[in-house]
Amino acid sequence: MNLFWIIRIVKLGSKNLLLHKLRSLLNMLGILFGVGSVIAMLAIGEGAKWEAQELVKRLGPTTIILYSQKPVEVEESSTTTSRMVEYGLTFLDMDRITETLPAIDLVVPVRKVSKEIWIRGIKYEANLFGTIPRYADVTNTHAVQGRWLCPLDFEHSRPVCVLTYEMSRKLFPAEFALRRILRFGDTAFRVVGVLAKRRGGSSKGKSSVDEPMGAYTPLSALRERFGDINAKQMPGSIDISRVEVHEAQIKVEEIKAVLAVAKNVRALLKKNHKKEDYSVFVPLEELRLAEATARIWTIVLACVAGISLLVGGIGVMNVMLATVTERTREVGIRRALGATKRHILSQFLVESLVLTLAGGIVGVLFGLLLPEIVNIYTDDVKARTPLYAVFLAPGISLAVGLLSGIYPAWKAAGMDPVEALRHE
Amino acid sequence: MTLAHLRGVCRYYYMGENVVRALDGIDLDIDSGEYWAILGRSGSGKSTLLNLLGCLDRPTDGTYVLDGVDVSQLSDDALSNVRSRSIGFIFQSFNLIPQLTVAENIEVPLFYQGVSPGESRKKAFAIAERVGLVDRLHHRPPELSGGQQQRVAIARALVNDPAIVLADEATGNLDSATEEEILEVMDQLHSLGKTIILVTHNASLTRHAQKVMVLADGKIESLHTREELDADGVANL
Repeated sequence: MNLFWIIRIVKLGSKNLLLHKLRSLLNMLGILFGVGSVIAMLAIGEGAKWEAQELVKRLGPTTIILYSQKPVEVEESSTTTSRMVEYGLTFLDMDRITETLPAIDLVVPVRKVSKEIWIRGIKYEANLFGTIPRYADVTNTHAVQGRWLCPLDFEHSRPVCVLTYEMSRKLFPAEFALRRILRFGDTAFRVVGVLAKRRGGSSKGKSSVDEPMGAYTPLSALRERFGDINAKQMPGSIDISRVEVHEAQIKVEEIKAVLAVAKNVRALLKKNHKKEDYSVFVPLEELRLAEATARIWTIVLACVAGISLLVGGIGVMNVMLATVTERTREVGIRRALGATKRHILSQFLVESLVLTLAGGIVGVLFGLLLPEIVNIYTDDVKARTPLYAVFLAPGISLAVGLLSGIYPAWKAAGMDPVEALRHE
Repeated sequence: MTLAHLRGVCRYYYMGENVVRALDGIDLDIDSGEYWAILGRSGSGKSTLLNLLGCLDRPTDGTYVLDGVDVSQLSDDALSNVRSRSIGFIFQSFNLIPQLTVAENIEVPLFYQGVSPGESRKKAFAIAERVGLVDRLHHRPPELSGGQQQRVAIARALVNDPAIVLADEATGNLDSATEEEILEVMDQLHSLGKTIILVTHNASLTRHAQKVMVLADGKIESLHTREELDADGVANL
């Protein structure tokens, strides 16, 4: 069997399949959906993993983020009264973590104040984050214009701020933001830098890193000007809260210590907080979770793909058995003209392979489109088709073709030439 | 030179406890270049003999030596190889493959010999020219008349330059004018030195053959030469 022979037998197989276009098409569908599911499965699994990896890359694999959160009972009572509520992380917590827990490189507190900014008569809602200069080291942020906060800003409580790229574009679309004075409420801050554009995606933990309308200022300057009490006017009431630290970024020395440190931090906070007025977000745990979710997706879709391929394979076997019966006389003629059993076997097997391969190729396109179609309705599915999947899918369809085509082909090859020639 | 040598050839079919003796002790020598006719009624065993001569079947007993090779002992693959190189079949119902074009049908035996597509197309063209089918090479069998289809079958039988051409009721599905045309083609082949074996139930078709064998109940009933038949007439067959 040389190359010519293979080319001719493939051409012959395609020709025979085209004689019954509808039948071939219907039988291809099973393979098409099966292969499509395989591609979609791999793409969705890979997408979930990629998203988690991006999150870890952005927030840092050795980072643990703590958030202050209003406890449920406080939230309920505050709807009817206007008394001041006190909750969340404190500077004391920061000191305890730094002093008592091992393997911690750095703890960076962040305090948030939400204020209005008026520029040329337009009101913008913005968040001012007070932090320490090493915030940039923990979150991998850097200024692309001007500079980041320096220790002297912190020491002297200078009213300076660094804007996110998005905020600078929004407030000053056609001008430089540097050296401008921004008024957060009644307090003026001078812009000394603009950060680099954020990486895509968002963390579940609403980190300060992901805030587009954000500006960063020395923590000392923020506390000096706004204090630790936040007052928010609500219709019919005033919501007054006292939160010392809204967020804390903890940098762990080594990646392998992250989960243990997170456990210790949780234990320490639990011991010192009567209520659950904080939350702990560990990007590395998110990655593990995403990997587990991806595994579940993979199992579910692998079952769907497996069933589709099985049904498709049975369909192909069925159509091939019908073809062999229909073409019994042709088998007899070919045997009379010199075809060996192997020739007949290969001819029918190639036909089944052509059918499933065609289904597989269309299935690849279907599989590539499927996550895009799902994405029209929901943003939750992030698909990334790995290159190997595009090559794996035709391989799977060929395997299905081989398995479902071998019996009909073997049946055709085993026919007695004299009997086959007599077949009407 | 003896091309086909059969000694004590039997072909039995076992149906439960019954044994059907389709061929029972055939002794036959066919020389190269001879034109034979095998005559017999339906069920006489002529098609069984043709299948054995064409290596489509193996004898239950006896020996069949074709071109110096004892084919009664060959494997299935080896028999396919013999059919591919030494035998040309012409069937009553033409047995063309409907989805292939005339050219492709003619090329089928060459395909199994591993002849390259270019070479094979050249040979098909040459043989189609000989049987007058050059302008029909790209047609499919259902688009041709019965006579044309049988010409395609003849071209296909000749394309591998076989030692022996076996025609099984080759004119059975044709009208008398076309029948004569096909017999003329057979005569031409014979004159070119081909060994021809024509199987028929119609005694009048044996008029072109050099030797006529009459089969009845799986046995040779009689053997006649052309001279004997010319003297006695075919009516006695």
